[in-house]
Amino acid sequence: MNHFIDTFFNAQQILATWPAILKGVVVTLEIAALVVVTGITAGIGLAVLRWLFGRWIKWPLLVFVDVARAVPPLVLVLLAYFGLPSLGVDISGFAVIWLVLSAVLTAFVEEIVWAGLISVKKGQREAARSTGLTEVQALLYVVLPQALRLAVPPLTNRTIAITKNTALGTVIGVPEIINQATTAVSFSGNATPLMMGAFAYLVLFIPIIGFGRWVEGRFAWRRH
Amino acid sequence: MDILFQQFFNLDIMSKALPLILEGLKTTLLICLVVIPLGILGGILVAVGSMAKSAVARRALALAVDLMRALPPLVLLILIYSGLPFLGLRLSPLAAVSIAFFLNNAAYYGEVIRAGIESVPNGQWEAARSTGLRADQTFVWVVLPQALRNVLPDLISNTVEVVKLTSLASVVSLQEMLYSADMARSLTFNNSPVVLAAIIYFVMLWPVVRIVSRLENASAK
Amino acid sequence: MQSAASFLPSRAPGAAAEIQSVEPLLRIRDVSKKFGSLEVLKSINVDVSPGELVFLIGPSGSGKSTLLRCCNRLEEATSGSIRFDGSEVLDPKLDVNALRRRIGMVFQSFNLYPHMTALSNVTLALRKVLGKSGPESKTIAMAALERVGLAHKASAYPAELSGGQQQRVAIARGLALEPKMMLFDEPTSALDPELVGSVLATMRSMREAGMTMLVVSHEMRFAREAADRVVFMEGGVVVEQGPPAQIFGPDAQPRTRAFVSNEDR
Repeated sequence: MNHFIDTFFNAQQILATWPAILKGVVVTLEIAALVVVTGITAGIGLAVLRWLFGRWIKWPLLVFVDVARAVPPLVLVLLAYFGLPSLGVDISGFAVIWLVLSAVLTAFVEEIVWAGLISVKKGQREAARSTGLTEVQALLYVVLPQALRLAVPPLTNRTIAITKNTALGTVIGVPEIINQATTAVSFSGNATPLMMGAFAYLVLFIPIIGFGRWVEGRFAWRRH
Repeated sequence: MDILFQQFFNLDIMSKALPLILEGLKTTLLICLVVIPLGILGGILVAVGSMAKSAVARRALALAVDLMRALPPLVLLILIYSGLPFLGLRLSPLAAVSIAFFLNNAAYYGEVIRAGIESVPNGQWEAARSTGLRADQTFVWVVLPQALRNVLPDLISNTVEVVKLTSLASVVSLQEMLYSADMARSLTFNNSPVVLAAIIYFVMLWPVVRIVSRLENASAK
Repeated sequence: MQSAASFLPSRAPGAAAEIQSVEPLLRIRDVSKKFGSLEVLKSINVDVSPGELVFLIGPSGSGKSTLLRCCNRLEEATSGSIRFDGSEVLDPKLDVNALRRRIGMVFQSFNLYPHMTALSNVTLALRKVLGKSGPESKTIAMAALERVGLAHKASAYPAELSGGQQQRVAIARGLALEPKMMLFDEPTSALDPELVGSVLATMRSMREAGMTMLVVSHEMRFAREAADRVVFMEGGVVVEQGPPAQIFGPDAQPRTRAFVSNEDR
């Protein structure tokens, strides 16, 4: 038992490693925040463009959306990280993770918001247009708010799932939580940093998961 | 433009890497064959457990599920693969992957299936019980089939995620498709093998992704 | 097949102009509409004079709703002319949003915005189309809600209102823009029978206030007592039009009589 505690919850190790883990937490939070803002904004933007100019952008849009949803994010990460430099684009691991996860989130958000948009009854748009609102006004004030309300639960879940992929950064050396933890393990030969890393993720994500549950319950209740 | 083709769509390199990548694909499919049924089974157990009479059991299960949902799958995998040896348990990569993904998938499938069970009206239980079926018979023959059907789009899209998840196994040196492709990349200093792997993933999953979109948009209307 | 106009000796376009000294507010001439190869409107001629309440009746699929929706360009007519208040509705260069603020529309399914209060439902177009200030649009909207008897429900959400109340808010939404005319597309068909009366009462008071209205509806009794003119359509053509006494009387066309007696049962 003592050996177990010594290996996984070693006080000395905790003292020695926590600054590194904390740095990792900051990096993870930075990437997560950037991904959430970029992905949700771009995803809603694309759904709006598809609504307004569907004919023109539907096919290129669907190719992007389907590739981003069907190819594992780690494949895209490796492609961007090793591929872009060979094209002369100098890009950091941090930027790769941000861009790839944002692209993936964008694709999912676009599909979720689109499903919301087409589920709003046709009469809503017609009623808005019949009072003289333009197509853009009808979308922004009448259709989109209703679509987003429908989209909130799946959006929340998908955003959480993709944000957790910040951990993929460790594969290309981004100093986020799990990267800091595994580095510390290899130096110390002790599993304590791993437990600290896992603990850091739990502290970060359990409140978010709780928030997701709350959103789901609240909006499911609203619909009845 | 030339360099783009040279670096990403180099047919010569692709054809040389193909046997290696197909070998990896076999392992990828093997992982899928292990983790998808295990995950669904675990998910059913989680869903049944979340209907337990004991409030303590329900709370404990909900907490476990939340823990699994809060840990990124890669973190869970590294924890099991690199952590357990410190306890003297040295797992093969495939075993580590199976355990990690079972824990992760059971939590996610569990959420989906629970929603499905809740969507089956209570009258179905009552009708089946009134014909003399036991509770377990009612669950297996009446409730579960309807539940799975009601959440089919979510089940399928979760399964797509599981297939994509198998690429993480490359991180613990399990020689599945991405591992093989990345190895070929580092040997040839060329990205085409990874592009080829991406294409194979896309070809496998694209029809499924389209079906999910179709189902979701149909239910939205 | 005879042209529709030949069925109406007393109300043919030329004759109508003699009888009605005022220029019609809405003048539908030779309007046709095709969906692919399906011709749902065949050379329709209908006039609506200022202050008139005109009923469009007919079996489902007769084209009456399509005709109504062509009047504010929710549907595009294939050919013909619709003149409204001095401008050509079918002119591709026409500003449809400007047109629509002068023509109100009420839908069968109310189409209130569920995420907004009754008041906000009414003020949205006042603010965004007419560019009025918040307080001003609120004053106008409250007056409109007052006219339909629902000022006390201003802060209620659509889900908290009965069907009849929702439809009256939808009417207020149209009225608030002070349109010259209002279109009603089966305004009472989605309502429980006991709620129909309140909506019809609102329409009656609008008529007394001089509003011009074109109504698609199955409320035959209301048509009989409140309409100035009734237009009977079937299979995409106007079979007959005239005052209620004519349409509901013994001398109506056989097809009209068959439809009316069937509806009255």
